[in-house]
Amino acid sequence: MTGLEFEKPVRDLQEKIAELKKFTSTSEVDLSDEIEKLELRLKKLEDDIYNSMTPWDRVQMARHPNRPTTLDYISYLFEGFFELHGDRTYGDDAAIVAGIAKYHGQPVTVIGHQRGRDTKENIQRTFGMPHPEGYRKALRLMKQAEKFNRPIICLIDTKGAYPGKAAEERGQSEAIARNIFEMAGLTVPVICVVIGEGGSGGALALGVGDRLFMLENSTYSVISPEGAAALLWKDAGLAKRAAETMKITAPDLRALGIVDEIIPEVRGGAHRDAKRQAELMDEVLKPAIKQLLTMEQTSLVDQRYEKYKRIGGYAEQTTGLKD
Amino acid sequence: MAIKNMFTKQKPKKIKYATIPSEAAKQDVPEGIMQKCPKCKKIMYTRELQKNLHVCFGCGYHYPMRAHERIKSLLDEGSFRELDAGLSTANPLQFPDYEEKIAADRKKTGLNEAIVTGVGSIDGYPSAFAFMDSSFRMGSMGSVVGEKITRAVEEAIRLRIPFIIFTASGGARMQEGVLSLMQMAKTGAAFKRLSDRGGLIVSVMTHPTTGGVSASFASLGDFNFAEPGALIGFAGRRIIEQTIREKLPEDFQTAEFLLKCGQLDAVLHRSEMKEKLSFLLDIHQTGGGER
Repeated sequence: MTGLEFEKPVRDLQEKIAELKKFTSTSEVDLSDEIEKLELRLKKLEDDIYNSMTPWDRVQMARHPNRPTTLDYISYLFEGFFELHGDRTYGDDAAIVAGIAKYHGQPVTVIGHQRGRDTKENIQRTFGMPHPEGYRKALRLMKQAEKFNRPIICLIDTKGAYPGKAAEERGQSEAIARNIFEMAGLTVPVICVVIGEGGSGGALALGVGDRLFMLENSTYSVISPEGAAALLWKDAGLAKRAAETMKITAPDLRALGIVDEIIPEVRGGAHRDAKRQAELMDEVLKPAIKQLLTMEQTSLVDQRYEKYKRIGGYAEQTTGLKD
Repeated sequence: MAIKNMFTKQKPKKIKYATIPSEAAKQDVPEGIMQKCPKCKKIMYTRELQKNLHVCFGCGYHYPMRAHERIKSLLDEGSFRELDAGLSTANPLQFPDYEEKIAADRKKTGLNEAIVTGVGSIDGYPSAFAFMDSSFRMGSMGSVVGEKITRAVEEAIRLRIPFIIFTASGGARMQEGVLSLMQMAKTGAAFKRLSDRGGLIVSVMTHPTTGGVSASFASLGDFNFAEPGALIGFAGRRIIEQTIREKLPEDFQTAEFLLKCGQLDAVLHRSEMKEKLSFLLDIHQTGGGER
């Protein structure tokens, strides 16, 4: 199992318990009392460590190589997912997967960033960093969902839009901007869930909706902590500090009022049990979709507008501080 | 040293004292009165340059233009009514040193923030306007910029008039973190609202228009224009070069490059800006904003 640095004490203790267990089974000495004590200590240690994760710990968790991806969650959450391809103009971007499926019997359109699960797949999917055709495919299928009155579920998991020459030539900016613009006006419910990293405009291009949920150990930011540190303090090594200052974790964003609800994670991170994690997502998604489906189309769009209109912190000379 | 020179008397070398040019002298011209074009090095009178809308007489280089100068150069005299001048940042993330930086830029620019918004007219055609000013925090977009644009768009909806924006921005403002990112969604949603009501939207991208600003409202006009030579793009040149491991062409992400790629309706020289905007406003009097 791939472990993270802050989890080392847990791993050490687990190894020690395993050792003692092995020793007990092969020798005359009975250490079961000792083992029991250690297991209690392990539980307490896990509580301590996983309940006091720093923003940087969460960044590591969000980037964990084994963290479940969009396709993993799709396989657990939806029935009959039917993947659809292409933007009808240029190509098919494998950094975004999209298709139709059923969610508890309800037809839905599902769209998400897709990282690779190994190097080969990562190259094919450009590490989950989309080109304009990826965003345009997403938009095409969102418009299709609107036509057939299907709710849309977007799973966000990207370091950002792909920074490449071809991407710029084909209008990366315009593609992201267009998605934001069109998503603001969709007359069907849109639910967005950050499942890993939510990187900047590349994430937001699938992120304008009626509800924004975040997995407990996911991040959402205007720039990566490394990028922020390099830009602000000319030192990418200060990423840890940037992760704290920039407020990029689910709890921080909940406090800022940007995230509607945090989806709790399996203890030790979603990668420990993807199936159980999907169940935890289901518990939040299901009532949200049900509730949004009762709303009128126009009030849905108006409410979405008001939701974004409220975001921001500024002072107004005449009326004082407004939040 | 050549051999024949060994027999000639060496003249004592004249001692030269190094003179270190002052910062002002380095610019070759007295500050204020004259200016040197950063591109073709032509030296021009500042006042003449101002009259020429800050466009170099030699090579046509478009200098960055301050918001109030644009207003003066485009709008009917006395027609501009500024909106929300009192909005200022509240440092929502309590970001260290942020307030000091804002205070310094306020003093430097005489502006409250990186944008001036309002309502005015061009050749008698009314419109709402937003002018970004890159001399304030590189024109970066935080909560105030997002809110001012959104309110100006709402004013356009209320008055049933078009909305014209001049962008000049390095992108999202780091010190407001994800709140800056969300301004992309907020302004985008406001543009959609105006657009759905038939309102005309014109975006003129000036140097520079990059990152989160180019990836939101700047690219969302019914007409997307740019000034000659303006840098426009999503990702920065250096990061792209590092990612694709090749050198990018000199003109990459310039207005002309984007025009060639099909990303712009036209590149407009500053001298024709007013005339072209006036024509657009005229054409959209029936339908569009007046619907």
